[in-house]
Amino acid sequence: MKIAVCLKQVPARDWQPRVNDQKTWVRDQDASFELNEPDAYALEEGLRLKEKLGGEVVVCSAGPARVSQALREALARGADRAIHVEDDGLATADAFAVAEALASAMRDEQFDLVLTGLQSDDQGFAQTGVMLAELLGIASATIIMEVVVQAGALRVKRELEGGWFQWVGVPLPALLTIQSGINQLRYATLKGIMAAKKKEIRKFAPPAGGSPRQQIVSLYVPEKRKHTEMIGGAAADAAKTLIKLLREDARVLS
Amino acid sequence: MILVLAEQQGGTLNRASWETVAAAQQAGGPVKVAVLGAGAEVPAAELAGADVAEVLLVQAPPIESYTLDGYVAAMVQLVAAEHPDNVFLPHTYQARDYAPALAVRLGLAHVTDCVGTKRTDTGLLFVRPVFQGRLLADVAPAGPALVTFQIGAVRADSVTRGAAPAPIRTVAATVDAAAIRQKPEAPFREAKQAVDLTEAERIVAVGRGIKAQEKIALAQQLAAALGAEVGASRPICDAGWLPMDRQIGSSGQTVAPKLYVALGVSGAIQHLVGMKGSRTIVAINKDPEAPIFEIADYGVVGDLFEIVPALIKELQG
Repeated sequence: MKIAVCLKQVPARDWQPRVNDQKTWVRDQDASFELNEPDAYALEEGLRLKEKLGGEVVVCSAGPARVSQALREALARGADRAIHVEDDGLATADAFAVAEALASAMRDEQFDLVLTGLQSDDQGFAQTGVMLAELLGIASATIIMEVVVQAGALRVKRELEGGWFQWVGVPLPALLTIQSGINQLRYATLKGIMAAKKKEIRKFAPPAGGSPRQQIVSLYVPEKRKHTEMIGGAAADAAKTLIKLLREDARVLS
Repeated sequence: MILVLAEQQGGTLNRASWETVAAAQQAGGPVKVAVLGAGAEVPAAELAGADVAEVLLVQAPPIESYTLDGYVAAMVQLVAAEHPDNVFLPHTYQARDYAPALAVRLGLAHVTDCVGTKRTDTGLLFVRPVFQGRLLADVAPAGPALVTFQIGAVRADSVTRGAAPAPIRTVAATVDAAAIRQKPEAPFREAKQAVDLTEAERIVAVGRGIKAQEKIALAQQLAAALGAEVGASRPICDAGWLPMDRQIGSSGQTVAPKLYVALGVSGAIQHLVGMKGSRTIVAINKDPEAPIFEIADYGVVGDLFEIVPALIKELQG
């Protein structure tokens, strides 16, 4: 089975975003970046399907030059080769622009199955996968917790809200957005890291002439709506104060 | 005109649809609401109680239950016929499934997970969280947009009711059953949930800040000292450190205990929607800018591995 996994590289979770002077994006010059965690589950699922069924896993990303680092990480975990649509503008682009960039580089590959994470930890659009499927003209299903491959088709378990699930049949080729927690992630081995150095990352330019469908006109820190009593001091003092407040002020402890 | 696509299943309206109607009313201008699927007559009649111009009862015969392809096919026709300025939907799992495809098909901007709108001279801006809720962005779409609203961001009871029921118009859409690629089976629940956190008076919730599986025991000790149940944010259950039935948030349980103690929980939106109704919220986190402090009544910035043992000692003392 020829499997593509789409990845995004995002600022590391413990990085504190600060707004730039124009208030249109964050000052990410000093950020460290990592593989978007929801996409790591899609990668793991792709690798497991390949191990079961044979074929190859191609990791695909649209973003600036730094993205090759995330692709290299995916290759080290076991992906076979990579596609990188490289452009600085893609770092802040909307989901449609990213989907268009990915589609232009992926279309000729005729993948049987395309996997993406649920959403990204930076802009959190939760749209790119389904838009990509629409642009590639293939079926899609979202928030998937289990994938069963049958002859020429998939049977996938969709997570619904409130603890409900549903099995859905989808013909191949198809795109699935993978729910985090579907599997246990593997990490790169030293052997994998060495092997990744020799694997191919093919670069593409994004399609010309796209214009953004949406723009951030102002970015800011949310205004606080609730009064929070902050308790300082050493751990023992803070604990004493907090328990006293919970007993006497909030009256939620006896 | 804003067209709201309400969500219903088997004749029961998803409550988030009311929130989206309220968001549309607050954005200003005339509002129409459309509802689709088997049994949509009852929700259509309910929605007609709101102060809206019209309720559209969409009939597309092959569509009994939801499928991505079926809904996109029907909604493309509806939106093309009504040509609204914007289309609003609740940010449900269903909308997340089909709305991006609908946006591509219609060539609309797709602004997701919004928490509000702002009216300016140049048009509507949509407010949405980015970077895990640490920042908010005012977003300007280029032209008409398909906009989804975060569950709970707008109060359902803020819907303006109409003086008289709004007219209900039946709209027919043609959907080719053979072109629907997804073949859904009946929804089901996993084996009955062993833990009902919704009944708990006190909850100690564990987030990523707990760092390691063996540290969960510390949270369990605090829970025992408080007479509380242990809950968790999604990443903890994803990692298998606690079973899925301990998960609190949009894909887990929604809780509203008297006391909610969040240990190393950053406060991603998906978690907050499941616990923000708690009466008293305590947040213990080393990151002073963690979004959990936005909704906490009491906050302690510091190392939970020092503070939690001190709390246990204090409670037992």
